[in-house]
Formats: sequence, C-alpha cells, structure tokens
Amino acid sequence: MSQKITMGAALTPEKIAEQLADGGAVAPASVAEYALRLGDDALILSQRLGWWIARAPEIEEDIALGNIALDLIGHARSFLTYAGSAWGKSEDDLAYFRDEPDWRCAQIFELANGDFAHTIVRQFAVSFFQFELYSRLVDSSDPVLAAIAAKAVKEVDYHRDHSAQWMLRLGQGTEESRRRVQVALTDVWPYVDELFRDDGLIDDVLIDDLDGVAVRPTTLREPFDELVGRVLGQADLEVPTGAVARGGGRDGVHTGGFGVLLAEMQVLARQYPGATW
Amino acid sequence: MASPGESGGREQWPLWEVFIRSARGLSHVHAGSLHAPDAVMAVRNARDVYTRRNEGVSVWVVPAAAITASDPDARGAFFESPQGKDYRHATYYSEADAVRHL
Amino acid sequence: MSLAEGTAPGRMDRGAAGGDDAEMARFDEIMAADGRIEPTDWMPDAYRRALVRQISQHAHSEIIGMQPEGNWIGRAPSLKRKAILMAKVQDEAGHGLYLYSAAQTLGTDRDTMFEQLITGKARYSSIFNYFTPTWADMGSIGWLVDGAAICNQVPLCRASYGPYGRAMVRICKEESFHQRQGFEILLALMRGTDAQREMAQESVNRWYGPALMMFGPPDADSPNSQQSMAWNIKRFSNDELRQRFVDMLVPQAEVLGITLPDPAIAWNEERQSYDLGDLDWTEFHEVLAGRGQANAERIERRREAHEGGEWVREAARAYARKQAEAADAAEAQVA
Repeated sequence: MSQKITMGAALTPEKIAEQLADGGAVAPASVAEYALRLGDDALILSQRLGWWIARAPEIEEDIALGNIALDLIGHARSFLTYAGSAWGKSEDDLAYFRDEPDWRCAQIFELANGDFAHTIVRQFAVSFFQFELYSRLVDSSDPVLAAIAAKAVKEVDYHRDHSAQWMLRLGQGTEESRRRVQVALTDVWPYVDELFRDDGLIDDVLIDDLDGVAVRPTTLREPFDELVGRVLGQADLEVPTGAVARGGGRDGVHTGGFGVLLAEMQVLARQYPGATW
Repeated sequence: MASPGESGGREQWPLWEVFIRSARGLSHVHAGSLHAPDAVMAVRNARDVYTRRNEGVSVWVVPAAAITASDPDARGAFFESPQGKDYRHATYYSEADAVRHL
Repeated sequence: MSLAEGTAPGRMDRGAAGGDDAEMARFDEIMAADGRIEPTDWMPDAYRRALVRQISQHAHSEIIGMQPEGNWIGRAPSLKRKAILMAKVQDEAGHGLYLYSAAQTLGTDRDTMFEQLITGKARYSSIFNYFTPTWADMGSIGWLVDGAAICNQVPLCRASYGPYGRAMVRICKEESFHQRQGFEILLALMRGTDAQREMAQESVNRWYGPALMMFGPPDADSPNSQQSMAWNIKRFSNDELRQRFVDMLVPQAEVLGITLPDPAIAWNEERQSYDLGDLDWTEFHEVLAGRGQANAERIERRREAHEGGEWVREAARAYARKQAEAADAAEAQVA
C-alpha cells in the first residue's frame, strides 16, 4: 500500500474505493481476511441496532442509537470496501451475496436485540472491545486499516460512554432495571470471550504476515477487563463469571438468529442479482 | 397554562434548553430543547440531537426550569428606556460621515 | 411531513384566558404586522389550541412517519442506501422532537401528546397509513411525500408562533436531502432493469394521489383553513400549494421517465400551470376515519415502544433522583 489515505473525519468508503482504484492497489489477502472480520462485526451490529430506530424508550434514544448504527455502518463499509479489493468485490458483493458460513463476525455482534438492557449490555461489551482494538489499530503498518481505525476510534469512544451511562442507570435505577440488566449480563457475557481469542488467522498468519498490521486480540483483554470492571463496579453490578460460549464466528459458525438476520438483510438484493440501486 | 417542562400529572424526563457553539470564537446560541433524565444525559442527548450535521464544537444544556426570564407583562417598563436614545448608536453622528476612519 | 389535513379549529374566542381588550388588540396588531408571538406573550385560547393541534399533529406525523420507512432499513439493497435511510428515519425522530418541544412551550407536554396519539385521540398525516410493500416506496416517499411536505413546510418557517417557525427552519434545512435521496432512488430504478422500472412506476402509481391529498381537502371544503391563514399559522391555501407541487412534479417526472397516474394532467397556457384531474376524496376520508391500510399497526407499534420503554425511562429518573439525593447529602455533610 503506497497511496495515501487521509486520516480523520473526511474518510469515507467511497474515498477508499476511489483511492484504491486510482493507485491500482488491493489489500493483501491476509489483510483482507482481517478487514473482513472487522467489517462484518460492525455491519452486523449496525443491522441489529437499526431495528431500534422508531422503537427506543424515548425519541432522544431513537436518535442516539441511530447515530451509533450510522457510525458502525460507516466503519463496516470502509473495512468491507478495503477487504473486497483483494477479491475484486464491492462492499455490497460482500454484504449481500455471502452465505452464513462465509461471515466472519464474532457471535456477540449478531445476538438478538432482546430488551433495551440486552442491547445496552451487548453495546457495552463490544464498544469497550472495539475501543481497545481501534486505539491499537491506529498504529497499524497498513495505512488503510490505520486510517479507518483513526476515524472509528473516536466514534467508538462515544459509544463506550453511551453504553456506560446506561449501565449506571440500569444498574442503579429501579429494582426492575437492575434485574433486567443482570439477566442481560448473564445472557450476553458468555460471548465476550470469543472477542479475545487468537485463532487460526491470528496465530498462523498474523505472526508471519500481519505482524504490525493487525492487533492480537488476547492482548486487549486486560485493559478491557479493567475498564469494564470499573463501570460494572460503579453500577453496582456483578461481573459475570462462568459460562463461556464455544464461539466460532471467525470460522463461519453463527448463532441461531443469524440466518434470519441475513435473510432479511439480503432478500431484496438477491431478488434482483446484478441490479444497481 | 402549565410552564414548559411541567407534566400533566405523569412523571417524565424534565425539559432542557440546548445551546450550541457553532465554531470557536462564537457564542453559544439557543438551538432548541429536549428531554433527559439528568444533566449528564442531557448534554449527550444534545450532542446526538443537535449536532448531527457538524453544527457545533461545544454544547451547553440548562434545565428549562432553571431559567429566569423577564416578566412578559412588564415588557413596556422593562424595554422602553433605550427607545429614543439614538445617540448611543454610531449612525446618530451623521456629520462625521464626511471624514474617513471615524 | 405533512399536516395540512384537518388543521386548526375555526372559532376564535376573543377575550378568553383572561385576556382583556387591550391584549387582544395587541395580538391583532402583531398579526396584522406579520409579527411573531412568543411563548410568554398573551394569546387567545383558540390560537393556542389551534397551534397545539397543528404542531402536535405535525410531530405525530414525523414520529409515525418513521415506521413505513423504518420497515426497509433492514432490507435496503445496498449499504449506502441503508445508511441514507437510517439517517433519514433518524432525522424524522429529530423533527418530531423539535416539534414536540415547540408544542410544549404552549403548555402541553410530550407525554400528554404521546398519550393522545396512542389512544387514537390525536391525528397524524394519513399518508403514513399506507403500507410500503416495495423498495421503490422509499423513493416515492422521498420524492412525493417529502416533496409535498416541503411545499407545506417552507411557508411554515414564517409561522406567526416563534418556536414553531424556528423548529420549521431547522426541519426544512435538514429535509432538503430527503426529497433528493428519494428522487435518486427512483432514478436508479428507472435506469435499471425492466423489473426495477416496473417497480418504480407501480409505486408512484400508488403514492401520487395520497401525496396530493396531503395538502388537505379542496379549499371549498376546508373551512378551518381560513382562520389559520388569518393567524399566519398557515400561509397558502390547500389548492394553491397542491398546484405549486404538481407544477414542480411534472418536469421532474419527465426526467425520471415516470408517468404520473393522472391522464388529465395538461399544460394550461392561460394559467401558466398544469391542469389536473380530480382526486379520490372518498379514499382520503376513509383513511382519515381510521380505515386505512395501516392505522392499527402504526398506533400499536408506537404504543409498544412507549409503554415498553417505560421501565427504562423510570430507571433513568430513579437514578437521577438518587444522584441528586447523594449530592445533597454530601453537601449537608460538608456544611
């Protein structure tokens, strides 16, 4: 990657596509695999959050969750555009014409919205994870990943704050909110572990090819635990221990609701293959 | 008439007034209002609601109930005095128009 | 979104709300001078009621109007379209919020207005009681429904009630992209395959009539409009706005290559305007009477969100209360 991708707020997926095309450059295969994961994480979460617009507990929250969903789809489009360059595919080819086993998101991103507490707990876990990830990825030796991360890290920082504020309010609000958020923690937390696993791609490829490009997930666990623990402590909530889901999202193994999510997301595009929208 | 932010018996999130500074060097200007349970959430809601299009670099929120306003019924007494004191304005001094840098 | 139908009540009760003749005279003077009324000013009861009704109907329309489009966020056929649609539906939440705030300055709080909405006592624009079975409907809503709404709304930026006018300025600014994105959705379809073109035309066929009805009944059948115009809450008559809209629409339809489903449309040289055929007002009144496609679904969904969210709002209130108490206690200790 030799061409410059400017950092910061002006970064758009269109600009990435344009600059890649101008430079005749493509993402190296292993980098593309890595970008695909990050893109899938963000896209699937955005798809889930989009459901809340018009269904949130208050109009202000419709807008807040909408902003987060929009940030995430922005990250997704950038990562997928970059990943797709390795295989001659567009962001939409990747989003709409892959079947379940080809998706690389970690399972926590695809978990059902559930009630507001479940959505917030999922948001709490992933935003703190993504913040740690992106704040390291800004130093990636791959300039495109670094540029995407530089925009994303600031936005995800706000997502952290949003979820943490709600964790405090649900944890210390009413009996009912406390009960619900504790249930949500029990339900969601088993999926946290998968975020921090160094799997095949990381182990075999990262060390050889991606060193200095990607971030090793295991190294993010400690700061995550510390910060998340601090918020949970303030919210007077128990840090869930025990159950750990088997995971496998990075290898294309997904939870029960994922197929339905894909069916909805892809239905129109697949009805009209080859169409431009 | 109930005052703004007052609920018709039901409890709800209070009303906040939002002020946005659009660029450094400019004042915060009233942008609108919103509901929030407390100040911490109000300033965040203000960011989400009122700065989606780069409208601001700084946000203030004030509980609507905390604003003290001049008495609308005393409008006459309150604002009559400056009327007719044109000599406080530069344009009053028309003879100075003839020279430059004044 | 729109609001014209069923606006403002017609009566003007002078001297109500303890207003004496001097206050009424001052109000009339402001109206005559095309001035602005602010929340703390004296105003006739009927003016206040007319405003609350119009602004809250408008707010409800924005909030209910999120649903027919929200229905496609999950299925938008490209990621760019998905992002645009999310931003648009989210904007509508913002517009509802600005308008509820404006209405609140008149003494009716948001919860009361929500209550009126979910108990079916309040109206919102009938256009949102139509289903959105195809993606092309996202184009038609943007181009026709938002287009009609903008025609209605631009004059409202000068509405005599200050907070309403200010809310409308912000809304109009934000809405400028809504109509354009709808036009571009249809343009992309019309440049696409035969099936896509068919989808676009079929959708416009369904939305054209209802969009024109958003301006409200013909002037002859709209007695309330006169009062609203006298009060500068409304600036142009229903038929004037409808005509203006169609005059803009015809050349745009030509660019799209879409046929507007009214064979009577023809240029009238004398009027320098397009003639148009009659609209199916029976259908309009059916929907208004609650017998539209989606009336029940729209209200049910809103009720679900509002009532389902009560525990969250309550938790946030409880937390705020506890924080305030803790702060008070800490202060007491220091003292």
